[in-house]
Amino acid sequence: MKKLMVTAALGAVMGLAAGAASAGTIEDVKAKGFVQCGVSQGLPGFSNPDDKGNWTGLDVDVCRAVAAAVFGDASKVKYTPLSAKERFTALQSGEIDMLSRNTTWTATRDTALGLNFAGVNYYDGQGFMVRKSLGVSSALELSGAAVCTNTGTTTELNVADYFRSHKMPYEIVAFEKSDEVVQAYNAGRCDVYTTDASGLYAQRLKLTKPDEHIVLPEIISKEPLGPVVRQGDDQWFNLVKWSLFAMVNAEEMGVTSANVDEMKKSTNPAIRRLLGVEGKFGENMGVSNDWAFNIVKQVGNYGEAFDRNVGPKTPLGIARGVNALWSKGGIQYAPPIR
Amino acid sequence: MSDHYIRKEDAPLLPPPSSVAGPVHWIRENLFSGWFNSIMTLLAIYVLVVTVPGLVEYLFINAVWDSVDGKACRPAAGGGPNPADWSGACWSFAKAKFGFFMYGFYPDALRWRVDLTGVIGAVGLVLLLIETIPHKRWTAVFMLFVYPVIAYILLSGGMFNLEYVETNRWGGILVTLVVAITGIVVSLPLGILLALGRRSKMPAMRFASVLFIEIWRGVPLITVLFMASVMLPLFLPEGVHFDKLLRCLIGVALFSTAYMAEVVRGGLQAIVRGQYEGAQALGLSYWKTMGLIILPQALKLVIPGIVNTFIGLFKDTTLVLIVGILDLLGTVQTGLTDAKWFSPNTATSAYIFTAAIFWAFCFAMSRYSIYMENKLHTGHKR
Amino acid sequence: MSVSTEKDDSARVPLWNDPNVRGLVSQIVLIAFIVWFGYELFSNYASNIAKRNIATGFGFLSTTAGFSIAQTLIPYTEESSYGQAFLVGLLNTLLVSGIGIFFATILGVLLGIARLSKNWIIAKLATMYVETLRNIPLLLQIYFWYVAVLGVLPMPRNAASLLDSFYLHKRGLSMPKPIFDSAAVIVLLALIAAIVLVVFLSRWSRKRQEATGEQFPVFLSSLGILIALPVVAYFLSGSPIHLEYSVLKGFNFRGGMTLIPEFMALLLALVLYTASFIAEIVRAGIQAVSHGQTEAAGALGLRPGQILRQVVIPQALRVIIPPLTSQYLNLTKNSSLAAAIAYPDVMHTFAGIVLNQTGQAVEIILITMAVYLTISLLTSMFMNWYNAKIALVER
Repeated sequence: MKKLMVTAALGAVMGLAAGAASAGTIEDVKAKGFVQCGVSQGLPGFSNPDDKGNWTGLDVDVCRAVAAAVFGDASKVKYTPLSAKERFTALQSGEIDMLSRNTTWTATRDTALGLNFAGVNYYDGQGFMVRKSLGVSSALELSGAAVCTNTGTTTELNVADYFRSHKMPYEIVAFEKSDEVVQAYNAGRCDVYTTDASGLYAQRLKLTKPDEHIVLPEIISKEPLGPVVRQGDDQWFNLVKWSLFAMVNAEEMGVTSANVDEMKKSTNPAIRRLLGVEGKFGENMGVSNDWAFNIVKQVGNYGEAFDRNVGPKTPLGIARGVNALWSKGGIQYAPPIR
Repeated sequence: MSDHYIRKEDAPLLPPPSSVAGPVHWIRENLFSGWFNSIMTLLAIYVLVVTVPGLVEYLFINAVWDSVDGKACRPAAGGGPNPADWSGACWSFAKAKFGFFMYGFYPDALRWRVDLTGVIGAVGLVLLLIETIPHKRWTAVFMLFVYPVIAYILLSGGMFNLEYVETNRWGGILVTLVVAITGIVVSLPLGILLALGRRSKMPAMRFASVLFIEIWRGVPLITVLFMASVMLPLFLPEGVHFDKLLRCLIGVALFSTAYMAEVVRGGLQAIVRGQYEGAQALGLSYWKTMGLIILPQALKLVIPGIVNTFIGLFKDTTLVLIVGILDLLGTVQTGLTDAKWFSPNTATSAYIFTAAIFWAFCFAMSRYSIYMENKLHTGHKR
Repeated sequence: MSVSTEKDDSARVPLWNDPNVRGLVSQIVLIAFIVWFGYELFSNYASNIAKRNIATGFGFLSTTAGFSIAQTLIPYTEESSYGQAFLVGLLNTLLVSGIGIFFATILGVLLGIARLSKNWIIAKLATMYVETLRNIPLLLQIYFWYVAVLGVLPMPRNAASLLDSFYLHKRGLSMPKPIFDSAAVIVLLALIAAIVLVVFLSRWSRKRQEATGEQFPVFLSSLGILIALPVVAYFLSGSPIHLEYSVLKGFNFRGGMTLIPEFMALLLALVLYTASFIAEIVRAGIQAVSHGQTEAAGALGLRPGQILRQVVIPQALRVIIPPLTSQYLNLTKNSSLAAAIAYPDVMHTFAGIVLNQTGQAVEIILITMAVYLTISLLTSMFMNWYNAKIALVER
């Protein structure tokens, strides 16, 4: 009876906490009243909490866009900060509805982990940061270096490939949280800090003296970062995918959060379809037809989000580069809404 | 007359020779009683002379008590105002972030709710712990059954016009105490049941209890927490969710239940057979035997062990930071990543500050356990 | 049922009040509940896994790992499999636990004796140490030592050196590595021979003492044998062991061996923390030996050292061993906190990196838990055996 009580208590708690019965993610989310979004534990520009626990960043804006599409209210998001190690398990297990945490799209993750990548919100590549005082100007001079990075990332594998293929010995020190990596690098545990180039610019802000560190020119990998959902729920997958596409399409059409109300009166059929004046694109996805209007109105288009979070005027100061629209020399491209 | 050479009063008592009493004697007896002891004493004094002044200098004299950022805590080479070989604690960091260390991201305007919960809890605890205050039973019932409900309503909100505060906004000492106290309140009764189960005559009961206890005691807490924090939902029917903090609470509570069960079992084993037989002779049922005769004696015997388990549990609460819940240590770690506050001394002094808080709680608990032990063991001591 | 076959007084008891029936029913309910609960968990898991198309099974263990590990006791490269990465992590766990247990025991025993010392200042210092260290969370101590170790150490270029062969710097402690030629086997054999000899010597001397009362200086002669035999063998076989020194080349030291700072910080924290608990256990154990024993031994003319070794410690050990066992287990389990500072133990390497690369959380966490469970069971089995061996033999 004792063991019984223990387990019964556990069962009771589960019973009490039980939510709605199984249904599609979108119904679950609507029933809950918020989107549970997995984010990083603090990466300036991408997903970072301020002192009051309010999250901002490019990845956070994807979560907000999805909430805007579902509820017409971008603030209906709850954030779950996850380490690199926890992120996929948390998504697989249903702990979170979507993951928007500077996560690289790879074959394994897309196929064997039961995940679906819903697009790319930032095209990145892995770089190296070193102290200027080291006098290194190329990654090829890093033979014998101690390298700090995150565990369970593509970064960790890329750096192994890179040093191995160049026959350079190295020592890896891999931490679970990016804050720990920064602290260890700052304290001089490692000569090199490696992660996605955007991450290097972001984390450099957390160093004592950002000016004393340089990012080396070599980019050693392709790192398409994007939001992730569970496999097996196509409706939700579509919604997240198209929320992202809506932001890119809006930029391409020149629709911004400032002019979106006027744009509703536009005669351009593409814009009318985007903003839900024509067609039933929202209904097909299980949300209201003004889904994209809400996204642009409350979150902004992709360009706005980029400039606000990581662009040249922010402390990160990242140029658009490959993340410019396809029409402007970049590779950000969204299928048409029609 | 002629008896003037006869003393009329006693001669004043001379103090005993310095080799038998007094400070010199004490020093000789306690510090220099042989060549080995003398060497050890000199060594200890040397260690103290080397460390204490430096420590005092670091902790107090050189310490920065008031500043708006970490600059004041840096030596000249790092752009600070201090000489190159300077080092001192950066207390201003702890001071500036104190609110964060206490409440985490709990909204400023609602922090009175946390304070109120704390005050009620503290008053209840004082009423329970000081023996001269009567009505212990009612206080205990209040603290065990009513207080958790009040605390839940106050902290979480969402009813009675109190604004809802999600648990991922909780943090700092608040979370540390919530985890520790829940663990304590849950693990004691469950631990007693498991201990009884392990000593039960029914084989299935005994086997299940042993299995539960040994498995939980054999694995590290962080695997349990990791399971609770991310894997558990894989084992639940789809659509069933419950809060991450709650899941970790369950993990921590069940973990300490297993330890508690072993402590209680120790007490049960110490009760002589005659007590069981006496109770049976009186016709008491199993639960009455246990509740009225055996447990009161057994629990009294193992109070120190129980308190030690509580102390262990309290220290173990820090592990929740590994699964992303911000307890006190977690908030300190988060605070340390603030570039504004970076200095060579910030991390060390922040850890010292945190250690002092944990130490104060644990030390108080261990003193209380020693006090209870001495009180309860009257008459048994040699 | 048995109820009906018994005498009339049990027949008078209604079925639901019969303790046997009740016991049986509650056990059946318990078993049914456990089975249902387990089945429920498993079926939920199976359906969730199937629905989400998550890979399962243990096949991943033979897949190429592709990542590097900072400290490896067995040969391991990026081309090795996940299974080998698991072994590397497991050995690192065992390494830090084993060394940790060794030093924690020594320090703990010393502190425990110091707490009982007649020397006031030593006793107070030991008390202060114990009361401080055991009341601060271990994780905090690990972070503290890691930050303190890293912060204080110099960069490799200005490493602190000892004898020009040991270097201490932010990348760790570099030291010479012994290289064994094939002839080194002779030295090893000599060492084994020395150990065997010492065992026989101590047996013989004990027998002689029991028979004649004469004592033989076992300790000194054993020490002599243990040192002399291998040394002689070393020179006879033509010095087959030499040292490979660490040299600063580029950023870091190459060659030799390097203890990484994560290892040092973790070891330091584990040893200092656990020693404070062991000290209390030792103190309680010694105090549990009644004073009469010491006095009686003194009256028989034994010297204080002899009293301690022959009378007090054998009795104290009986009190000390059981709680000491659980401290050893705690230390081993606590070594899993390595993950917090990136020491590549099984928790960090396997339940961290491999889990993340493969995404098979359930399998990996189960294996990890099984590892710790096995270590726990083996340690307690060994300590129970030892405990039974030294238990009081009542005549």
